[in-house]
Amino acid sequence: MMILFLITAFVAIAASILAITRTNAVHALLNLIVSFIAIAIILFLLGAPFIAALEVVVYAGAIMVLFIFVIMMLNVGAETEEKKSKWLSPKIWIGPAILSLVLFLELTYVVLSESEILLQSSQITPKEVGISLFTQYILGIELVAIMLMAGIIGAYHISRVKRKVKHRFLKEE
Amino acid sequence: MMNFIWLIPFIPFLGFLVLVFWGKYLSKRTIPLVGVGSVGFASLITILAGINFLSNPPANDFFELKLWTWMNVGGFAPSIGFHFDALTLAFVFVITFVGFLIHVYSAEYMHDDDDYARFFAYMNLFVSAMLMLVMADNLVLMYLGWEGVGLCSFLLIGFWYKESANAAAARKAFIVTRVGDTAMALGLFLLIIHFNTLDIHEILQKAPVQWAEGSSIATWAALLLLGGALGKSAQVPLQTWLPDAMAGPSPVSALIHAATMVTAGVYLIARNHVLFELSPIAMETVAIIGAVTLLLAGFAAIAQYDIKRVLAYSTISQIGYMFLALGLGAWSAGIFHFMIHAFFKALLFLGAGAVIHALHNEQNMFKMGGLKKELPVIFWTFLAGSGALAALPLITAGFYSKDQILWFAWSSEKGSPLLWAAAFFGAFVTSIYTFRMVFITFFGNVKTHVHHSPGKMIKIPLIVLATLSIVGGFIELPHNFGHITIFSDFLSPVLPEVVLGHEGGNTELLFQLFTGATGLVGIYIAWFFWFKNPSIVYNLKTSSFGKSLHGYLINGLGFDWLYDHAFVRPFTWISNINKNDAIDLLYTGIANGAQGLNKSFSRMQTGNIRWYATGIVIGLIITLAMVLFL
Amino acid sequence: MSQIPVHYAMLLAAILFAIGLIGVLSRRNIILMLMSVEIMLNAAGLAFIIAGSRWLQPDGQVMFIFILAMAAAEVSVGLALIVQMYQQHKTLDVNSINKMKG
Repeated sequence: MMILFLITAFVAIAASILAITRTNAVHALLNLIVSFIAIAIILFLLGAPFIAALEVVVYAGAIMVLFIFVIMMLNVGAETEEKKSKWLSPKIWIGPAILSLVLFLELTYVVLSESEILLQSSQITPKEVGISLFTQYILGIELVAIMLMAGIIGAYHISRVKRKVKHRFLKEE
Repeated sequence: MMNFIWLIPFIPFLGFLVLVFWGKYLSKRTIPLVGVGSVGFASLITILAGINFLSNPPANDFFELKLWTWMNVGGFAPSIGFHFDALTLAFVFVITFVGFLIHVYSAEYMHDDDDYARFFAYMNLFVSAMLMLVMADNLVLMYLGWEGVGLCSFLLIGFWYKESANAAAARKAFIVTRVGDTAMALGLFLLIIHFNTLDIHEILQKAPVQWAEGSSIATWAALLLLGGALGKSAQVPLQTWLPDAMAGPSPVSALIHAATMVTAGVYLIARNHVLFELSPIAMETVAIIGAVTLLLAGFAAIAQYDIKRVLAYSTISQIGYMFLALGLGAWSAGIFHFMIHAFFKALLFLGAGAVIHALHNEQNMFKMGGLKKELPVIFWTFLAGSGALAALPLITAGFYSKDQILWFAWSSEKGSPLLWAAAFFGAFVTSIYTFRMVFITFFGNVKTHVHHSPGKMIKIPLIVLATLSIVGGFIELPHNFGHITIFSDFLSPVLPEVVLGHEGGNTELLFQLFTGATGLVGIYIAWFFWFKNPSIVYNLKTSSFGKSLHGYLINGLGFDWLYDHAFVRPFTWISNINKNDAIDLLYTGIANGAQGLNKSFSRMQTGNIRWYATGIVIGLIITLAMVLFL
Repeated sequence: MSQIPVHYAMLLAAILFAIGLIGVLSRRNIILMLMSVEIMLNAAGLAFIIAGSRWLQPDGQVMFIFILAMAAAEVSVGLALIVQMYQQHKTLDVNSINKMKG
């Protein structure tokens, strides 16, 4: 279990690092998908099979596909290649790297100050999740529904293209 | 009748108010009616009060009229009240009568000026303040009048304020007299502390009781009051403002700087004579300052070419004579000379003004000449005044008043041969510069022609004053000469008799001869050097020694230069250092700091998303650290 | 089955979060910036699951579902905005959209 966890963790981290350093957008996205799948395996190891499935289906399947659609629509891949090579100099990423390092150190401090606990491998079944979701967190469900609807309407409205020519019934004479 | 003496200062003040508020709407005929009429009315009441005073003198030889209490602060309660005795009457008579004549003159002189109403408003305010000064029964009210005349002097010197030189002269007058006024205020504070009152009558009664003769406190009080007198009367060292004050119109010079305001110092010393007599040092100082001033100013007058400046230095010199008389203890002689001087100096200024006006504002004597034929009335009246100034023997009033002072300089208890010599030499110089002025202006060839002749309202006051300059002296003839002592008898209840040091009955005649002789010799010298052979003086002036001496004399013997370097330059240097106002830096510093902070903060808004994200992350790190470690 | 220490799992989440943060701050293409934000969100969700697994309660997984829904909505709206931005400025460089400067 431990070895599996370590290998998968390593793959996730490596894929993420590759994702943020690729100049080609499509390459970066594909690496990201690999990272997500690795994380899904870790989730499964942690006893959340439902969530692991959800991760692959929604995250890697829907959201990343959305990204790819947009990239392909805007024909991004070719452009960013030349620019990114100039922008990969250490001067650019050394600042963010330091900031992230500081944040990471703080987080480790938080994490390590807890006593050492070993995780059980017992699974939390989808049935339990469902019951908890629809009894305890029913309000959250409703809110999430509203938020999704707002997202749909917002996305539709924002990306609408204004027609230069009005419908003949809307034209003013 | 005497209950109406409050009208004397009030009616000119009423005239001032009317002219200030409604002067714009009054026609050029009504304005002089208000302005001259108010002073005329005041002089009428003065004459009535005088007749009343002389025919039945009140008890204690003075009359008090308290109108109301001005303030009551911790036991100090000065009143608005008037004290009317012989000294007051003498001054009030001169102020209102000579003032009235000068107002009549200026009704025609200033007729073409646009600010006709403003002129009369200021003149009326001045007369009112001066009357308040001499009629006050306490020193606070007198100080009110003192400041009032200083203000009016400033306003009238700078009457034609659109020329910046006039405004500068007005400022100079105000600032220099301010130095004196401050000394006088300190003297008043001293008196309050010691006597708890500033009522003049009370002080003069308490002072000999409380202060020993010759004590230092009495000396300090007297010297501080003397400081105020020096400022207003333009004596050394505060005499530098008077020559520049000639920037004002000629009636102003006549009224303020010849007859009345500059004699306020004389009045102050005479009124507080008890205080001065308590301190021999103060008396000596008064006499010495008088002697020094009269010589200094006399020498400066010889070198002037502006006719009004000659008269200005002459005024300084003659007031020096009055101070000398007061310092010698010859109180009534000083007041007598004041009265006669008011007559002839006002006459001379008005005459000079008429000449300047007729020659269309030409003030340089060397550009005048031969006006004897063109302006006859002015010439004869001017000659009468000049004779009085030079103390021509027997026929002019000036002879009698100046001779008295010279005699007392020799024979009084406080007199000394040195003081007499100074006064004598001063009389000599006086005669020289006076007739130099007459010869250059009225004799010789005409260099500038008369533009328009003066009218009736200018000539009549000149004639009246000329008559007074001649006959005015006959009310006080010396001992060996008819011995008429109307004037000193009149003043004797108020001012003590002069104490003679050694009896010199026979020598008095000798001195009179000397005085008379100086007058005549001076005329001859003036005629010789400036009429007959002007080239001698011209050669002397252009020689190198002559040039520097001339420059020295014409600038008032370097007092202006001294004050400029000692006081004005350090002050302007310090002001320049503080040009950006160190205190202001505090407030502008706050504003500039806020602006700087604003600029540095606004540089944070780059519009760059990555920069904003960095900001969020940094905030997150700091918050986390604070939660964890604090 | 052997157990995994919580620390290691949490550290993994922290490392992923940090990597995502580096990506957000250093990428210049707006789409890839959004992608790095997704990495961060994923790491946060992972931390929730770990916590839920430690306490053996379903609350962690519930929270992850919420996060997932939110990420989906956010990505859709964000991409719509990016499409509009591309149509206005014809570029995807974030440095070019600094009109809010000053």
